[in-house]
Amino acid sequence: MTSVQPYPRAVEPRPPEPTFLGMPPFPEAARTALSDAQLRANLRKATHTIRARRQAVVDELPDWERLRAAGAAIKDDVLAHLPRYLEQLEASVTAAGGTVHWARDADEANAIVVDIVRAHGVDEVVKIKSMATQEIDLNNALGRAGIAAWETDLAEMIVQLGHDLPSHLLVPAIHKNRREIRDVFVAEMGRVGRPAPAGLTERPADLAEAARLHLREKFLSAKVAISGGNFAVAETGTVCVVESEGNGRMCLTLPDVLVTVLGIEKLVPRWEDLEVFLQLLPRSSTGERMNPYTSMWTGVTDGDGPRHFHLVLLDNGRSDVLADPVGRQALRCIRCSACLNVCPVYERVGGHAYGSVYPGPIGAILTPQLRGLNQHDVDAQTASLPYASTLCGACFEACPVLIDIPQILTRQRAQLTDLGRGPAHHAEKAAMRAVDWAFGQPWRLGLAQHAASFSRHVVGRKGRIGKVPRLLGGPLGRWTAARDAPAPPSESFRSWHKRTAGGLEEP
Amino acid sequence: MSKLTWRRGGHTAPVAKPEPVERGASKAEMLGRLRDALADNRPPRAEVDRSYRRERDAGTDLVGRFAERVADYRARVLRADSSDLVETAAALLREAGVRRLVVPPGERLAWLAATGVELVYDDPPLTVTQLDAAEGVATECAVAVAETGTIVLDGGPDQGRRALSLLPDYHLCVVRAEQLVGTVPEAVARLDPYRPQTWISGPSATSDIELDRVEGVHGPRRLHVLLLA
Ligand code: SF4
Repeated sequence: MTSVQPYPRAVEPRPPEPTFLGMPPFPEAARTALSDAQLRANLRKATHTIRARRQAVVDELPDWERLRAAGAAIKDDVLAHLPRYLEQLEASVTAAGGTVHWARDADEANAIVVDIVRAHGVDEVVKIKSMATQEIDLNNALGRAGIAAWETDLAEMIVQLGHDLPSHLLVPAIHKNRREIRDVFVAEMGRVGRPAPAGLTERPADLAEAARLHLREKFLSAKVAISGGNFAVAETGTVCVVESEGNGRMCLTLPDVLVTVLGIEKLVPRWEDLEVFLQLLPRSSTGERMNPYTSMWTGVTDGDGPRHFHLVLLDNGRSDVLADPVGRQALRCIRCSACLNVCPVYERVGGHAYGSVYPGPIGAILTPQLRGLNQHDVDAQTASLPYASTLCGACFEACPVLIDIPQILTRQRAQLTDLGRGPAHHAEKAAMRAVDWAFGQPWRLGLAQHAASFSRHVVGRKGRIGKVPRLLGGPLGRWTAARDAPAPPSESFRSWHKRTAGGLEEP
Repeated sequence: MSKLTWRRGGHTAPVAKPEPVERGASKAEMLGRLRDALADNRPPRAEVDRSYRRERDAGTDLVGRFAERVADYRARVLRADSSDLVETAAALLREAGVRRLVVPPGERLAWLAATGVELVYDDPPLTVTQLDAAEGVATECAVAVAETGTIVLDGGPDQGRRALSLLPDYHLCVVRAEQLVGTVPEAVARLDPYRPQTWISGPSATSDIELDRVEGVHGPRRLHVLLLA
């Protein structure tokens, strides 16, 4: 049995976590990734495994297509009446004893969370993996307020301990293989708590055991937990978190205070709507009939779970996405990551190349919309994303909520052309060439083959940039320069965009 | 609050007081933006077609299907009837090597004492440290779904609070025939959204290392299901 042992909570100050701020445009980042044989091997193995599993459990359901259509229709209903459903959700969560907060952008959401954590007088929190909190860079905002945020999802913890960036929606450390994970655990666990067991092997079961031991003390002592949410039911106020490891259950059950940051598109109108999504999501994401654990709670319950529940509703660009009648489909997304797993471009270049917390096909359509594509000063990184695709359509076929990703990509390319930023522009041309390159002409990569890989050399142990290879001038040079700076201020993409003239002038 | 200062990255400046958050203003602005976004081109009203399967196909062997699907998650499942219930439970507990078992308050699972294990009632509530040190826990469930091999706990008197089935490393769940349904929609229809729920499909697992499934991370690493049917 695990016993709680008093390890130092943080043996040394934590450096700020890396962010995607100032990443190079897709072509440069893709070329770097393509030259990393280990990364490509990891990705290929992982995506092929999951594709087969997903297909098997999807084929098992005779009504899969009807479920997809229902899922899309429910989400369209949500989007068409979003203001009404949001107010309904606020009323039902409040009636069940929760508190609802409205956040227009990342800064506001971060300030709300920091205030809540401070009000409870603690300086560390446990976290469940959440795309929304990554999007707003919450961990660094907490860090600047003197609050340590411990990621408890295994992959997220690998990324955090390794001072790395996530590269997949569901398996953020998909770019790391077992040996690399073992090395991160051995080197880093002891710096922030219980060290990795002596003689740790690279067997996945041993690595999972090391994570279990390392995090137990944090779960048992945490007063505040921060989560995202997969679904929130407007009529009842029920919030739903889908997970595998049990770290979610720990965070949702043991602490006194629970703060959930929820993108406003995560709503479903009715309780019965969950019957659709609880079939679509696990089969699409991990290729299981059902994920190991799904937690649902409505406000607070006497004698069971947190006594305080805060729900932060996050806009951060979503209302702009909603205004576009074609692009708004992207708000149906349930973050299953099926589109990544089937994408031939993602398989070759990995998640980091997309320069955003949202990688792969969904990232290629969502990131430009959240950042705002209809601006003349759209930055090169954002403008390159709509070209990070062959338009093969595999993503659309896999998407459980029928998001027509190729249609949106095509539209975004047209929008860029209208702005004089179409394929004639060199950055966009380069993106298309990078996609071509991804399909088997590695000798054309030239200089990039000598470049250090993103994940293992450029970002050093301490989250600082190691030696920047001299061959990497231009955008990646600029990017590393930006990352060497002290903690970048947390800000919305929009304000970052304004401040740096779309990334053309580095801060 | 005043004693909180920067303590990371060598910063020493006191934390700036955050701008007071104007809650009402943010809400009004967000709703306004959303209404504007929808004003000119609200999507056509979409009827949700619920012609997907809401009930199991006629003739499904619920018990057999459930047992098979639970086993697919590498959880152990044994069937019993009222005549060999105690004997079967004892066999499972022996196999698990568990001699002390946490159970929810009340008498619903008191019969487990006949297996020879010592029962520890969560009454008064055990501390998290006590639960963490417990060898195992036994609960019943609210609903079980045959098609997905899922058991759902909703904090009912035969299940107790959520932490009970989370911290001990072994979970024995007793499922009765009347709790079995065929499909996910049937389960959703039976459940009360106002109760805290945990849907459990197999033991805790992760696929985070090369997408290889590994059983056992933070939740109970062993799940035994005793199917009373
Ligand atoms: S776009 Fe579709 S396939 Fe991709 S993550 Fe979202 S829901 Fe899944």
